[in-house]
Amino acid sequence: MSRLLTARWRGRALFALIGFVALVVAPAVMSDFRLGLLAKYLCFAIVAVGIDLAWGYGGMLTLGQGIFFGMGGYAMGMFLKLQEAGPKGLPDFMSYNGLTSVPSIWKPFRYAWFALPAAVVLPMVVAAGLGVLVFRQRIRGAYFAILTQALAAAFVILLIGQQGYTAGTNGLTNMRTLFGYDLNDPVNQRNLYLLVAVLLGAVYLLARQLVSSRYGRLLLAVRDGEDRVRFLGYNPTLVKVLAFTVAAGMAGLAGALFVPVVGIMSPALLGIVPSLELLIGVAVGGRATLIGAVLGTVLVNYARTGLSEHFASGWLYLQGAMFILVVAFAPKGLAGLRDVLRRNRTAVLAGGGGAVALPEPANVLEAVT
Amino acid sequence: MTGALLEIRGLEVVFDGFRAIDGVDLTVDEGEVRFLIGPNGAGKTTLIDVVTGLTRPVAGSVAFAGQSVLGLAEHRIVRLGVGRTFQTASVFEQLSVLENLDLAATFRQPLRRLLRRRAGVLDVVSVALETVGLADRAEFPAEVLSHGQKQWLEIGMLLVQDPRLLLLDEPVAGMSKEERTRTGELLHAIAETRTVVVIEHDMEFLRRFANRVTVMHEGQVLCEGTVAEVQADPRVQEVYLGRSRDKRSTVEVN
Repeated sequence: MSRLLTARWRGRALFALIGFVALVVAPAVMSDFRLGLLAKYLCFAIVAVGIDLAWGYGGMLTLGQGIFFGMGGYAMGMFLKLQEAGPKGLPDFMSYNGLTSVPSIWKPFRYAWFALPAAVVLPMVVAAGLGVLVFRQRIRGAYFAILTQALAAAFVILLIGQQGYTAGTNGLTNMRTLFGYDLNDPVNQRNLYLLVAVLLGAVYLLARQLVSSRYGRLLLAVRDGEDRVRFLGYNPTLVKVLAFTVAAGMAGLAGALFVPVVGIMSPALLGIVPSLELLIGVAVGGRATLIGAVLGTVLVNYARTGLSEHFASGWLYLQGAMFILVVAFAPKGLAGLRDVLRRNRTAVLAGGGGAVALPEPANVLEAVT
Repeated sequence: MTGALLEIRGLEVVFDGFRAIDGVDLTVDEGEVRFLIGPNGAGKTTLIDVVTGLTRPVAGSVAFAGQSVLGLAEHRIVRLGVGRTFQTASVFEQLSVLENLDLAATFRQPLRRLLRRRAGVLDVVSVALETVGLADRAEFPAEVLSHGQKQWLEIGMLLVQDPRLLLLDEPVAGMSKEERTRTGELLHAIAETRTVVVIEHDMEFLRRFANRVTVMHEGQVLCEGTVAEVQADPRVQEVYLGRSRDKRSTVEVN
């Protein structure tokens, strides 16, 4: 019991330390440009926490998280474009495309009270509907992964096809102000960074609460034995839908934050490839460890920026190699390496137990296979 | 004995043209410990699968406590009070022994109540830990348990759910002699307040614990009666017992 308590305090101390670095140290030592990049990475980390919930804990390999990221992003982008156009005006790309008035599906996004909640709620509603349909039919594993990937592709095609409504391939650009604040002003960008960092912290704590609750145990149980869970009297569909919906809400929030941070939302940011890249950070950092998902995502994105600045074309190969290495040698990611050390210690503690089977060989196997 | 708890009538199950169950009638009374025996492929596990909602029959009826369970989702049948185990112990290896039992115990709670952290140990869970003899293993992940301990954990998970009817699929398969004895005692205690249906090949185990035996063969009920009656039945000896009468305990080569 005391070991559990100290583990919890260690976790809190780590959270406080990372929070301090993110909120105080990083803004103090980083240039505006670098801080802007970090803000973008933290947006991806918010998506990653959701992916970790759905995939790492719930076993739902979602290759279409870009859909929900995009829904949040477009909701925010529509709001900003309408704000900029003014009460009677038309967003610039609509006039280029020959529209004469704001389309009715755009109209509610004129209001912050609608657009901002919608950025989170719409992805959740879509995810819940999709989840009920898919999980009730017991579609899972590779079939679920392919389904979500196909949906991501379809979403992109839809966005590109409806050019008058979505600005097509170009996406929504030229968004200069948010609530009257100039988005090009470095001070506002710094504040935006702080907002993203705080919201990431909040999302992390929400996910932490979920996974450490009884529901979290149930989610793991569904991941490892969905059919067995049915015979415990639970409906796995509900369990999975909840995690998938929360993950979609997180992706939507991240998309909404991404727009003012980066200033653009376009189909290229949410198709198959970006959806996969969101996953890589989670895999590298370690599935089913929330902190691994966050740090892995930030790390992978830093590596990408750092490397593409020096060898522009090398990154893709390295990213692929990294993914293969993790899958082949460290399926639990960087955080898994820590767990191996911790487990070995527990094994030594448990050694007096006699009848306990040896956990070490299992670990070796996990690390290799 | 307050009448029939489980009533199966005219049950037929077909897998790709193969009649796995071919017109089975079976009545299990409340409080009974019924053993279900028969050679491999006789349809014993399929029968349990139908009762628990895993397999849909093409004809027939299954009523639990007077209510039809056909067409209900698996978890709904569990909530009516039907629990089962599987041939291979299926506990959640990544969760601790305690968490496995806790998860089993909270199955009637709505999802929103599960969003809270577990504080302490539920009474039913600590009782079950003692009953199945895993109290000193409570904090260990289930993956480090031995095969026998996993089976006991699974029985413990059934206990905390307090089902009216327990369906156990080969609970002592692969167990050592001591483990079998221990499991037998466990079942005896459980059966005092519940109705139990056990699929088992271990004849020694059967003699000690069964009060009625149903013999199945090629998807049909061959005969039914006390252990002595069944053993004396020439048809049973022919299809089943006769083949291996000289073997000490296991009737079948698994």
